[in-house]
Amino acid sequence: MSDIVNYHLTVNGVDYPVNAAQGRNLLSVIRTEVGLTGTKEGCDDCECGACMVLLDGQPVNSCSFLAVQAQGRAVTTVEGLQQGDEMHPLQRNILEEGGVQCGFCTPGMLLSATALLERNPSPTEEEVRIGLSGNLCRCTGYAKIVAAVQRTAAELHP
Amino acid sequence: MSFTIATTIDEALQALATGARPVAGGSDLVVGARHGKAPLPEHLVAIDRISELQCIDVTDLGVCIGAGVNHHIIEHHPLLSNAFAGLSDGSALVGSPSTRNVGTLGGNVMNSSPAMDTGSPLMVLGAEAELRSLRGSRRVGMADLWTGPGRHSAEADELCVAIHIAMPASRSNSAYLRLEYRRSMEIAVVGAAAAVTIADDGSVSAVRVALTAVAPTIIEVTGIGLGSVAEVAAAAAAAASEQARPISDVRASDKYRRHTVGVMARRAVEAAARRALGEPVSVPVNRAAGIGAAS
Ligand SMILES: Cc1cc2nc3c(=O)[nH]c(=O)nc-3n(C[C@H](O)[C@H](O)[C@H](O)COP(=O)(O)OP(=O)(O)OC[C@H]3O[C@@H](n4cnc5c(N)ncnc54)[C@H](O)[C@@H]3O)c2cc1C
Ligand code: FES
Ligand code: FES
Repeated sequence: MSDIVNYHLTVNGVDYPVNAAQGRNLLSVIRTEVGLTGTKEGCDDCECGACMVLLDGQPVNSCSFLAVQAQGRAVTTVEGLQQGDEMHPLQRNILEEGGVQCGFCTPGMLLSATALLERNPSPTEEEVRIGLSGNLCRCTGYAKIVAAVQRTAAELHP
Repeated sequence: MSFTIATTIDEALQALATGARPVAGGSDLVVGARHGKAPLPEHLVAIDRISELQCIDVTDLGVCIGAGVNHHIIEHHPLLSNAFAGLSDGSALVGSPSTRNVGTLGGNVMNSSPAMDTGSPLMVLGAEAELRSLRGSRRVGMADLWTGPGRHSAEADELCVAIHIAMPASRSNSAYLRLEYRRSMEIAVVGAAAAVTIADDGSVSAVRVALTAVAPTIIEVTGIGLGSVAEVAAAAAAAASEQARPISDVRASDKYRRHTVGVMARRAVEAAARRALGEPVSVPVNRAAGIGAAS
């Protein structure tokens, strides 16, 4: 029996037809079938957060979520954050604060931060750290990433 | 191979009756399959879009929490985090924000891990799981549901639709703490929950304590005498350490687990008593208690 299933995914507002094995994870379908490679594979084990995407606005580790289970829901990847030609304020601030070194964790960080600010527009430093606690960064030591999120919160909700 | 998305409980029960396994958030099922723990079931029915499983119904008698309610909601729900604070303590410790967003109460309960963080709180709150199949519906207490690590007494065609918890008596509340080495993406080294009722004279008139990650299932501690909060906390600690049957593994030795589960039990009784007296003790107790390395 074939385990290939046909369905549609909505990624950053665009509809994509998908034919993929039933057990494929959302991360691999986004990267290879949809063709958006901003979402990263780190541990492939639900630990590091490099693969974070939003599903109906809420954070999900896409390496450990079935792609078929995301049909009919709105998937947001890092490519969906920028507003026209403008970077999202979080993207601008993480660069300006020096919160990007190798950049591998950055897409996941940005999506966790987006979900956090949506739920809690003015988080304390502790709340930012909890909000990003599913995202590992091997380079920055986190302080500048936290600062970028707090700066964004202050800009959006002065 | 099949994958269906159920939108009603009936659709899910039909699928289970023909051999499908439910997937809610997939944070145990899919992650476990990726670890090679067990292959992904051939026939799956997604239950995360069934609105009947998302309800939190409160009456004077108690609360009914749909099996599909996620940990983020349980952590922040105003009634749950006040009247059933120990349960919110448990949910607030699960994984990371994304794990709490996808992971459901029903998935946690039916995964039946001895390290599950909602387990001890549900046990001390006297919770019951409502299991439903095409054959009918029944309610099972936690002690009868969990039969071993990853094992439970529900039949393959039974869906957990809700968790029922009676409203605690006045001057009662609960708390759950776990020993962890860091503050997120952690598994309980050991944990303990307590539910406490405080009499008018300030003494403890009822206490229940349950333990996490020190036996093949969540276990309830027996034979804790009543008395002042300090006396009951000390008795709970001694009984917890004595009744625990921990193993040694990469995370801790059995000796260390036996000792620290007593410490968790004592602190859980103390925190539950403070809450029962109306003192604000924020959810999760772990964070206020400074357990886990600084984030
Ligand atoms: C990174 C990470 C960290 C984690 N940290 C913790 C932690 O700190 N504490 C903790 O307790 N857990 C933790 N977990 C485990 C997991 O997130 C929780 O147990 C979660 O509640 C599972 O819910 P789910 O909806 O994702 O379950 P699923 O994976 O969808 O299902 C789990 C099992 O239950 C069955 N099932 C699900 N719903 C029902 C139902 N309604 N009726 C009958 N059977 C059902 C499924 O068939 C499956 O066998 C962690 C997981 C990950 C990936
Ligand atoms: S790649 Fe998904 S959590 Fe690491
Ligand atoms: S910038 Fe390199 S991992 Fe975060």
